[in-house]
Amino acid sequence: MRESKMTLADAEKGDVIKISSLGLDGVMRRRLLDLGFVPGALVEAVRKSPLGDPMAFKVSQAVIALRKEESSKIEGELFNDE
Amino acid sequence: MNNAYRIALAGNPNTGKSTLFNALTGLRQHTGNWAGKTVSVAQGSLQHKGNHYDLIDLPGTYSLFSNSADETVARNYIVFEKPDITLVVLDATSMERNLNLALQVLEMTKNVIICINLIDAAEKQGIKINEHLLTRQLGVPVIKVSARNKLGFPKLLDTIDRIITRAIECNPVPTIYDEEIEEKISRLEPKVKELWKDGPSSRWVSLRLLDGDEDLMREMEKRMGREENDESSRVMD
Repeated sequence: MRESKMTLADAEKGDVIKISSLGLDGVMRRRLLDLGFVPGALVEAVRKSPLGDPMAFKVSQAVIALRKEESSKIEGELFNDE
Repeated sequence: MNNAYRIALAGNPNTGKSTLFNALTGLRQHTGNWAGKTVSVAQGSLQHKGNHYDLIDLPGTYSLFSNSADETVARNYIVFEKPDITLVVLDATSMERNLNLALQVLEMTKNVIICINLIDAAEKQGIKINEHLLTRQLGVPVIKVSARNKLGFPKLLDTIDRIITRAIECNPVPTIYDEEIEEKISRLEPKVKELWKDGPSSRWVSLRLLDGDEDLMREMEKRMGREENDESSRVMD
């Protein structure tokens, strides 16, 4: 079994992650919050590019691509099957 | 026309803002199904019950914290140009994301109408929206419309008229932050008010100051009178 605490960068396709915190500051933090990457939100990893970076995440009904630079700083817990 | 009231349209990209704008003004501003369609600000006019209105179609944004040129244009218009009414257009099928912008606008200005668009599409998806409950929770009128099929327009126009004639009053319910932030706001707010009496909402400016929004401070400096400038630099130290 996988460790349930993870960053979005560790996600595999199909994983649902409940966001706990954002380790980012300033404009990028604000931008991610605006797009729905807020603590408590459920995010699904929907696609990975061939080299694994960037990755696409579904968040409040939209698909957003994140670079590893950002996704590795968003922490959460695996929420796959309840 | 000088005595026209100004109504600004704000909203996320792709919520049908331009469709609503065109339907209300009869203009053929190009609308398209992709994000960032509205690059600059379009303007059109409308008459209702003997009043003239200028409608201003602001660029679609997810936020108004000025991460991009579009957001700066939209934010500056709302806080500095002070339209008589700001109409926030939301996508009924994606309320969670869209309400983020609505809450930001409610912090900036008082006369706001929340216009929930694409209501027919949402109902087809089984989404039910209780606009009366939202009106109570937000403190401003919330109206469901379909810009494409011109549903809900009489009620929207009537609400615009009732705000202009002061038959109804908007009282946006403020977002309350934690004690530490609220305490700092209460210390900053009187100073902000003193510096620029007819400026943007002092609570909102205080929040932006606490967030270290330097871009906004520069913009305010540009727009304030010269003598006020000297004072503002003192407060910002």
